[in-house]
Amino acid sequence: MAVLSDEIIVSNNMQPVRRRTSPVFDQGFRWASYGSALIVLAVLAGIIGTMIYGGWPAFQEFGFGFVTSSIWNVGGEQFGAWVAIAGTLTSALIALVIGVPISIGIAIFLTQLCPSWLRRPVSTVIELLAAVPSIIYGMWGLFVFAPLFANYVQVPLTNIVEGMPILGTILYARVPSGVGMLTAGIILAIMIIPFIASITRDMLDQIPSILRESAYGIGCTTWEVVRHVLLPQAGVSIIGAVMLGLGRALGETMAVTFVIGNANRLSLSLFDPSSTIASRIANEFNEASGLHMSALLALGCILFVVTFIVLALARLLIARVKTP
Amino acid sequence: MSTIALNTSSAIGNAAAADTRAPVRIAVKNLNFYYGDFRSLKDVSIDFYDRQVTALIGPSGCGKSTLLRTFNRIYSLYPEQRADGQILLDGQNVLSPNVDVNELRARVGMVFQKPTPFPMSIYDNIAFGIKLYERLPKSELDGRVEEALRKAALWDEAKDKLRQSGMGLSGGQQQRLCIARTIAQRPEVILLDEPTSALDPISTGKIEELIEQLRSEFTIVIVTHNMQQAARISQFTAFMYLGELIEFGPTTKMFMNPTKKQTQDYITGRFG
Repeated sequence: MAVLSDEIIVSNNMQPVRRRTSPVFDQGFRWASYGSALIVLAVLAGIIGTMIYGGWPAFQEFGFGFVTSSIWNVGGEQFGAWVAIAGTLTSALIALVIGVPISIGIAIFLTQLCPSWLRRPVSTVIELLAAVPSIIYGMWGLFVFAPLFANYVQVPLTNIVEGMPILGTILYARVPSGVGMLTAGIILAIMIIPFIASITRDMLDQIPSILRESAYGIGCTTWEVVRHVLLPQAGVSIIGAVMLGLGRALGETMAVTFVIGNANRLSLSLFDPSSTIASRIANEFNEASGLHMSALLALGCILFVVTFIVLALARLLIARVKTP
Repeated sequence: MSTIALNTSSAIGNAAAADTRAPVRIAVKNLNFYYGDFRSLKDVSIDFYDRQVTALIGPSGCGKSTLLRTFNRIYSLYPEQRADGQILLDGQNVLSPNVDVNELRARVGMVFQKPTPFPMSIYDNIAFGIKLYERLPKSELDGRVEEALRKAALWDEAKDKLRQSGMGLSGGQQQRLCIARTIAQRPEVILLDEPTSALDPISTGKIEELIEQLRSEFTIVIVTHNMQQAARISQFTAFMYLGELIEFGPTTKMFMNPTKKQTQDYITGRFG
């Protein structure tokens, strides 16, 4: 088809048109582009394959109990992933609970309320926040945030809630060291806020101004416009942004390893140290061998699966919201 | 009578004659409007009569939409835009800082160039606006929604899918939904900013019929690019050019026998 149209051009102009790119080049270009796409698939398949292969001894040894058991005894070669799975999900959930409202608040402020001279600086700062390496967040969390958090939050709060039902368990710090599940959640929240906020801001910006005007036009206040018109209009995209943040929170390693305390303990208290899958792998990979190494690889597989399930659920949710 | 005016003359008879004894609903006095430093309305003074349709015509950029957007102060969403002068709605200056703009916008409804259904059900699209200002029992609210949909000539098409999203309607239906949403609030004035510019001829026809019916209850101001439309549906016409009001009068007179040469030129298609 392409050749045919070239001929037409030539015959219409009645003069030879020199083609700079030869068909061979075009063919090569096609294959190169196919190849680039295939490489991604191959790498992904390779990663999954080696992790399953490496983790296989652990799965074989403990069976399904690897997922449900909360024992992690390196010396006794007894491994169970439950604490790390629970820690991963809990810390990510805390990050979302704290981060999502703040992110949406930032996006609303930037698009609806912010005076134009302030918009640029605030946007830039938020984007800079996204560029801070996670190890910096980890160090800051451990050396700066954790001591302050211990002194000004954990200790007073523990004194208040001691003996109370439910709160006395959830917010009781046995050792007010500052590190623990809630600290990890807060640091994660700070890390995902820039992503969710800037995507949500872009989504709100894309809403036609005429829709916003018509909402104001029936006498809505800013709050009513945002709550009933703009957020529902951007709804699905905001869910997408949140899921991106969730993906990051689930897999974040360095910062969490610094501040979560790295204990293999299931605790109902948010102030107690715990572990996530990623933090455990980072902590123990160096000196692992044999079954221990295999258990860590199996943990990696589980993280893969958990992330995949969460993202698949998000896709499903988005698809369901999209169809009216 | 000019030759091109003849084309519109057949349409002129369709609308009811201008009632020049109708009371003034909106009185604009020495209105100036600025986008930043640019002055886009220059000392505009004009009266809009109660329960009459007034069409604002003129070439793009002449300030007709700008004028419309001052009546409900929707321009104030943009900090660089400002107006001075007076716009008296029932004797009260809407430009005064003491005016509650949200309440003003419930009294002065607006419909835009493109349909803008809210992301909610057809029922809620209408109930939402009512609920902002009135606390009604469910049955009464249902009644108000039905009344608004009937007045907007949308009831028969929408009554079986009130719970479905307003986005699922056709463009013309969506625009009638927006009109229903506006009249549900029982405003005094309805502003229409080129309401049919995004619609096909049949939908346009329906909206025009609707405007004719709504005239018995509301004071209507419509901005339109389509002179035939102005001739068909309005009782009064104002011609604007470069931010100034050039001529204002009963539509029949404006189209058949304009006093200003610029009006004549625009209406006969010599420019614009």
